[in-house]
Formats: sequence, structure tokens, C-alpha cells
Amino acid sequence: MDDKPSVLERVVVHLLLVGAVAFALYPVLWVVSLALSQGGLSGTGGVVPLPRAPTLENFRLVLGTTDPDGAWLFGRQLANSIVVSLATAAVGIAVAIPAAYALARFPFVGKEAGVRALLATQMFPTVASAVPLYLLLDKLHMLDSRGGLVLVYAATSVPFAIFQLRGAFSQIPVDLEEAAMVDGATRFQAFVKVTLPAARPAIAVTALFAFMSAWNEFILAATLLSREDAFTLPVVLQRYVGEHDAAWGSFAAGAILVSVPVMALFYVAQRELVSGLTAGGVKG
Amino acid sequence: MTLRRPLLVLVALVLALAAFACGGATSARRITVWHAYRGDEERALKEVAARYEVERGVKVTLLSVPFDAYLSKLQAAVPRGNGPDVFIDAHGRLGTFTKEGLVADASGAIGEADVARFDETSVRALTQDGKRWGVPLATKCLALFVNTRLVTSEIATLEDVQKLRATLPASAVPLAYEAHTTYYHVPFLHAFGAELLGSAGDFAMVGRGAEDSVALVRDLTKDHVVPDEPSGALVKQLFVQGQAAVVISGPWLLSELRDEVPFKVQPLPTVAKTGKKMRPYLTVEAAFVTPDGAGKPDAVGFARWLGDDASARTRALVGKQVVATKSAWADPEVARSSALAAFHAAAADAVPTPTSTRLQATWVPADQAIKKVLRGEAEPKAALDEAKARFDDVMRPPPPSPSPAPVMLLAGGALLALAYFGVRRARAPGFRAELTRSLPVYRYVIHAVVTVCVLVVLPLVAGAATSFFAGGRGETRFVGFENYAQILTARGGALLGHGSFYLTLLVTILWTVLNVAAHVGIGLALGLALARPWLRLKAVWRVLLILPWAVPSYVTAVAWKGMFHRQFGAMNAILTAVGAPPVSWFSHFSTAFTANLLTNVWLGFPFMMVVTLGALTSIPKDVLEAAEVDGATRWQRFRHVTAPLLLPQLLPSIMLGSVWTFNMFNVVFLVSGGEPDGTTDILVSEAYRWAFTRDSQYGYAAAYAVLIFLLLFVATRLLGARVDRAKAKVA
Repeated sequence: MDDKPSVLERVVVHLLLVGAVAFALYPVLWVVSLALSQGGLSGTGGVVPLPRAPTLENFRLVLGTTDPDGAWLFGRQLANSIVVSLATAAVGIAVAIPAAYALARFPFVGKEAGVRALLATQMFPTVASAVPLYLLLDKLHMLDSRGGLVLVYAATSVPFAIFQLRGAFSQIPVDLEEAAMVDGATRFQAFVKVTLPAARPAIAVTALFAFMSAWNEFILAATLLSREDAFTLPVVLQRYVGEHDAAWGSFAAGAILVSVPVMALFYVAQRELVSGLTAGGVKG
Repeated sequence: MTLRRPLLVLVALVLALAAFACGGATSARRITVWHAYRGDEERALKEVAARYEVERGVKVTLLSVPFDAYLSKLQAAVPRGNGPDVFIDAHGRLGTFTKEGLVADASGAIGEADVARFDETSVRALTQDGKRWGVPLATKCLALFVNTRLVTSEIATLEDVQKLRATLPASAVPLAYEAHTTYYHVPFLHAFGAELLGSAGDFAMVGRGAEDSVALVRDLTKDHVVPDEPSGALVKQLFVQGQAAVVISGPWLLSELRDEVPFKVQPLPTVAKTGKKMRPYLTVEAAFVTPDGAGKPDAVGFARWLGDDASARTRALVGKQVVATKSAWADPEVARSSALAAFHAAAADAVPTPTSTRLQATWVPADQAIKKVLRGEAEPKAALDEAKARFDDVMRPPPPSPSPAPVMLLAGGALLALAYFGVRRARAPGFRAELTRSLPVYRYVIHAVVTVCVLVVLPLVAGAATSFFAGGRGETRFVGFENYAQILTARGGALLGHGSFYLTLLVTILWTVLNVAAHVGIGLALGLALARPWLRLKAVWRVLLILPWAVPSYVTAVAWKGMFHRQFGAMNAILTAVGAPPVSWFSHFSTAFTANLLTNVWLGFPFMMVVTLGALTSIPKDVLEAAEVDGATRWQRFRHVTAPLLLPQLLPSIMLGSVWTFNMFNVVFLVSGGEPDGTTDILVSEAYRWAFTRDSQYGYAAAYAVLIFLLLFVATRLLGARVDRAKAKVA
């Protein structure tokens, strides 16, 4: 498109972006400053959040935890978080894709009711469901295993994933698949070869959602896991907040360590999203 | 794809069974211990456990459980036999433990002959119904930290502290403590002969003594003896910087003090006016043995081991604990820490925190009353009477058990209606053909249906079913629709009265509407801005703007709460920098609500931005190009091409966003915490309070959850129908 922007448009867009970035970054800088200073909340302050006496002590404390055998506990827990979150994204997407495809393409008995029920699951406050889940996993002998946690997280992420993907699939023209089928492909082949690649950006974003919800979840993880070397990072993070006091520095340092991988992933996924789009499946 | 899931389940099952089998084989010489310690205390515990392993040849597995999840984890795990053998916790929850059968009689670990080895108060705190339920390990209570540079005279009475006002520079305060927290007010209460919880489990913070104690604190604040709104962080800072002569705090402050100021610790003073001591509540940390552990001599032995002389010495020296084992204090090395010894002396005079489960329900109303008085919104008598009324309202006796007939009738009716519609549908012409055509499609959806039904719907239904019951765990009984009836009639109070369902609903709606409007507005604007083809560094902008979303929401909430801090918060620093007076954010509904709103807008706009971006990319470029060729202006292109194509795609996300915001627990609970006076609570946080801070009324909380669900369900159906009609019109 030959779109020569006016100066005004440039200024407005940039002002908007700069303002939004300032809004987005300010609290993050605040946490960073907290992580770099000793002495908790009062160690930082003022309009510009700068630590009074910068130190990496908090990071050393968080990263340096070892279990009684001297193994590197933080590394272990980081690995847990990564495995659990990746598996959640994979399982969640794998379960959601066929269902979302069916909802986008075919009429069938119970479709309306199914969609409504899916939406309904998002409306029920989860305050009350931790204990029933615990009993359920106990019956399945899946307590205290990463597999059990992945199943629960994946199931929780499925309704939203289906919504996202249904929208994406219905955007992809049916003609694309039909053309492939005319060329001799089966429905399944057409789906795998044509529809899936075209929906790649949406799948990437949906997978990211699932990954992040698992990466950040703490209540279920704390309830369902009972071995320190099985803990995920948010559970570890929560330990820095006690009954009478909170180790703000360690909490902030841990928060940053937890957030960095997600940011990195986002950066990668954004590129994936863009490249998926320029591949041009949508336009046909 | 179809195989992966069952395979995964199978593998996990096998692994879990294998782990189970292995565990069974060696369990005789292996025990599990839960605790919530960290830092020095954790190090000491590890040392003590390591010695036990060497000496007895038992493998001790220590698990550090986050404090926030501690109780719920015990409640879930112990009854199913998955809990620890021994756990360390404060004695204040003993009432809950015994009521729910989470602990066993610990006389095996602390026999009649052992009693004399421990501080008398701490043993008393752990004795209930004539049985000893735990081995006392350490005590925590409030004491007085005195800056010896600022204070040269002896502090024997509270009046001595008040007199310091005259001699201190104006920049320093005589006394700093968390004045608006009930826990810190309890010593004042006791000095006036009043109590928080009466012997009958009633709210006893009423009457002359209680009123005088609150009035005294109000006067202390007015006379600038105590600073305004002192939080824990402020208290610490004032003391460290030598700006507070005296502070009231617990042993946890010790670990944060280095040698910034010379200080000593002493028991709390006496209030000269009444001649009574300020006796704080005493928390006794103890080793409890679970019913499972009681069957293992190694577990009982470990509980005993924790309290013995050598362990106590380690816990005092390494863990810096105020140990409850007497012999440790005879040790010259332990005695050298005068601060610990002072806390030990303070503990002797302290009142053990009542173990009644009803104590839980006193904190919130009492906090609210104290804050109201300190803000000058109410006189002590009115505020405390209101607090008592709120306590009585929460602790009202459970309703009588009705016959299950109405619930059964309704359930039966619902089933009948379902069957009727099902049959009618099935007999409709063409249904068979339709079903036959649908059969192959079911292959696509079956995994999702099974997964969601088992792991999402089933737990929710089980949760919802508890709404027909009342009472905490261990004494639940069926009450039919009584919970719903009470909620919907505001328990006999004014329909829009404090804490009523309807008032909270109004706040929730306001909360949802403002949030979603801001999310969509900002998200749309940023999405459109980022989609400008000429914009450079798109990936960088995008990632920076996504940042709020990458940070876990509980971290966000805690960080924002810090930013609204009265003294250290960035918000007030900014206000001061531009010449405005600092705001006490959580004292008024409007500012507290704004604080919540800002936090949640920050948290939620990246989602709408990403959704907008995704939707924008799927708008075919040729349509836009065609419009441009036809001479449409930029605005016309947006208005007639982009927007109509964009909105249908955004609607599901907006709908979901609204639902999520409606149930956004983290922000409300962690940022304002319902302050002031519970007015900023939304329905979900209110439900949470019923379940966890108001005597565990899970049934009542579940009824709230079901009502929230019904509201949202009906609202989205109505909205959805309207949207469909509008779409049909456009088409």
C-alpha cells in the first residue's frame, strides 16, 4: 500500500506509543529497582525508581538455593516450569485444534449447546474447584506428578483455545481446502497441508496463552505438588511472602527471573506471527 | 494427535504407580515434614533434621510450603493420607486442626515428664481438652524496640513514651507501630482490661475498656506521637533511619536490622492510667504429628527431637528463634543475644492467641473499626458496636436443616425439562439424518469434550453442589436453598447495606464496565497504531507493550500496591513532584477503586492489543486497496472497511474479557484488599472472604459462586442474542 503518512499522524502515533510504553514500563522498572536494592520497599523510592545502593544480592539468594544433596534447586524448578508449560501448550492446542476446526466448518447436533457450555466454564469462579480437583487427581493417582498438573492446566486452557482457533479457522476460506481436495487430497490432508499453515499465527498466539497461564499459575501448583524438586517457579516465588514479613527483594528478583523467559518467548512468537502472515496463506 | 493424550495419561499413570510402589517399600524409615520457614530458620531446621538422619538412620524429607497455601494444602492432603508425618505451624490454627482431624494427640512426643522442660505458657497454648497436641518449638510476640541513642531514660510506661514528644526533634516520632492493625492493637486492648474474643467465642472488643483503648490510639496519632498510616515498611524505615524512638514489632524485625542504630529490646510497657501491662498475643510454633505420622515411631521421634535440648540450641543460634525449650536459655552462647532473651521474657507475659476458629472472623471487622476511628469517620463506640454487629452477622447460627425436597424437586424438574427438550428434538423431522451426518464430526470434538467435562466441569459441579450445605469442614450439613435465600435477602439487612450482595454487585458492574472500556479503547488504539505500515521497530514496540502481560498477575498486583503506598509509593512521589498533596489511596472508595482500576487496566490492555493485532492481520489487504482506489479517505476506510470486519472478531474476546474482569480476584484482593471498609470488594473477593476469613463458610461462598455464574450466563446470553440480531440486520 502506498501510504504516505502525514506528520500529524506520525506524531500522534508516536506519542500514543511512547505514552503507553511509559505506562507499561514504569511498574516494571519499579520491580527491577526493588530487586536491585536491599531493605525492601524503603530501599527504593522517589519518582524515578532507582535503587539507593544497587546490589545483586537478591538474585544470588534466589538463584543459589540448593537441596540437601547440593543439587541446584532453582535450575530444577526452572526446568519444571518449562516442561510443564510447554507440555500444557502442546496438549491444550492438540486437544483444541480438531474441536475448533469442527466448530468452524461443520454443522452438527449439539454444536450450539457445546459452544455455550464452553463459554459457561469461563464464568464460574474457580474459588471452589481446587479441592474437588485434588480429590479427582488423587483418585487417578496423578497427584504430585507433572503429568497431572499438565492435564489440569491443559484442560483449563482448552475452552479459550477453542474460541481463539475457531475464529481463526472460520477466517480461512473454505475454497482453499476444497481446491486441495479437488487436486486429490483427502479432507485430513487438506486440513494439515492447507488450513493448519494458514492458521499458524493464531495457533502461535493461542499456544502462548496456554503456556503463560501454566507458567504463572500458583494456587493449583502449590496444592497439587508436594515435593520441593517438583515445584514450579511461581510456587517458589510465593515462598518469599511470609505471615509477618515479606522478603521484597527476593520476591522482586524472583519475579524478574520468572518474567524474562516469557518476554523472550513473546519476542520469538511475535516474529513467528509476522512471518506466518507474510507467507500469505490468508489471501489465497 | 488422537493418540498423544491417552498415551500421556497412561505414562503418567504408570509413573505415579511406580512411585507409589517404591514409596511403599521404604516408607518404614522415611518421614516427611512440612514447614513454612525460610532463611535462617530453614537452615536451622535442616541442620537439626540432618542430625536426626545420621543418628536414627531415618530419611527426613523437608518440604517448604508457601505460607499462603499452607492450610488449604494440609486440609486437602492429610485426610487423603497424602499429607506429611510431621508439620510445623502456629498454634493459632489448632482449633481448625482438631476440628478437621488433621493432627493426632502428641503425648508420645511430649509426655507428662517432658512438660517441665518447656515454657509453661507455650505448653498451655498447645493443650486442648486435656490433651497436648504439639511440641512447642518457638514463640513469637510483640515487644518494644528502643533506639538507645534517642532514648536515654527507662521506658516503663506508655506515658514515658508519650513524654518523649517533648524532647525529640520534630522530624522524629516517639512511637511507630502498625496502629491500624488489630494484631498490634491487642496489647492496648489488654491494658484496658478488654479482650478481642470472649470466652464464649463472642466479639468482645466492645464496652468501656475497648473504646478507651481505641480512643487512646486516636489521641496518640492526633498528638503526633504515632505517625499517620504506619505500615510495616514505614515502621522499619523510621526505626532504621533513627526517626522513631521506639517501635512495637516482633522478632521478624530483628532479621532486617543490621547495625544502623543502637537498640535494645524489652517487653511492652505498662499503661500507667490503668496500671495494667500491655500484653500482646503469643504465637507458639509447634511440631504437630498428623494421624498418619502418629503410627510411625520415627515421626513421633522427630517431633520430640525438634524440641530437645541440642535442637533447641541450634534453632536459637542458627535460626535465631525464641525457643520454648528452657535449657537453651541456660546456654551462655544463646544468652548472649540480649534481643532474643528480651523476646523470651516478653513471651512469659504474653497471652496465647485463642485457638478458637471464631478468632479468624474477628480480625476484619476489628480492623475496619480501628481504621474508621483513626480516619475520624466514627466515634469509638459507634465503630466498635458496628464491628460487633458485623461479626455477629458473619457468625450467625447455621440455618436449620430443611427437608431436601425443594432441592430434589428442582433437580428433578430440571432433568425432566432436559429430557423433554431432548426427546422433542429427537422426534423432530430430519433429526435422524442430521445425527447421522453429525457422527463423523464427533471424532473431531470427542477429546475436547472428555477433557473439559472431566477436568473442568466436574470439579465445578462438585464445587457448586456444596452451596446446598452450611458449616465448615467436618460439620457440614444440608441446608437446601437457605444460603441463597440469605444472600438474596441481604441476611435481613438493608438491601443496599454494607456488604450486601446487591451493593457488591453494583460495584462489580461498575468495575467491569470501566475496565473493559479502557481495555478495548487502549488495545484498539495501540493495535491500530502498531499496524501502521510505515512504523519502524515494530517488534520492539510490541514487546515493550506486551510486558505487563508477561509478568505474573500476583507480582503485578503486589508491585502496584507498593506504588500506591502512602509514604514510599511512586504515585505519591509523582503527585508531590508536581506540587499536589499526597493521597492516602486506600482511605476513600474513589481513590482505592481508581488504584484497582489502574492496576487492572495495566494488566489487561496488552491482551486486547494482541487480539486487535491478530484480527487486523486477517483483514484482506485487497479490500482496503480497493477502497483506496475508490477514493475512500483513511477514516472512511476505517469506518466502513476495517471496523465492520474487526468488530465481529473482537466480540468474543470482549465477551471473555468482561467475564474475566468480572471475576478478577487477584487485583482487588491484593491491591485494595476491599479497603476502605470492604467497599471496593467485588463479588468474587466477597465469596473468597466467606470461604477463608469468615469461619470457613464454604457453602455460603459456593452459593456466591453459583450466583455469579448465573448472572454472567444470563447476561452473556442476552448480549449474545442482541449481537446476533444486530449482525442479522447488517447482513
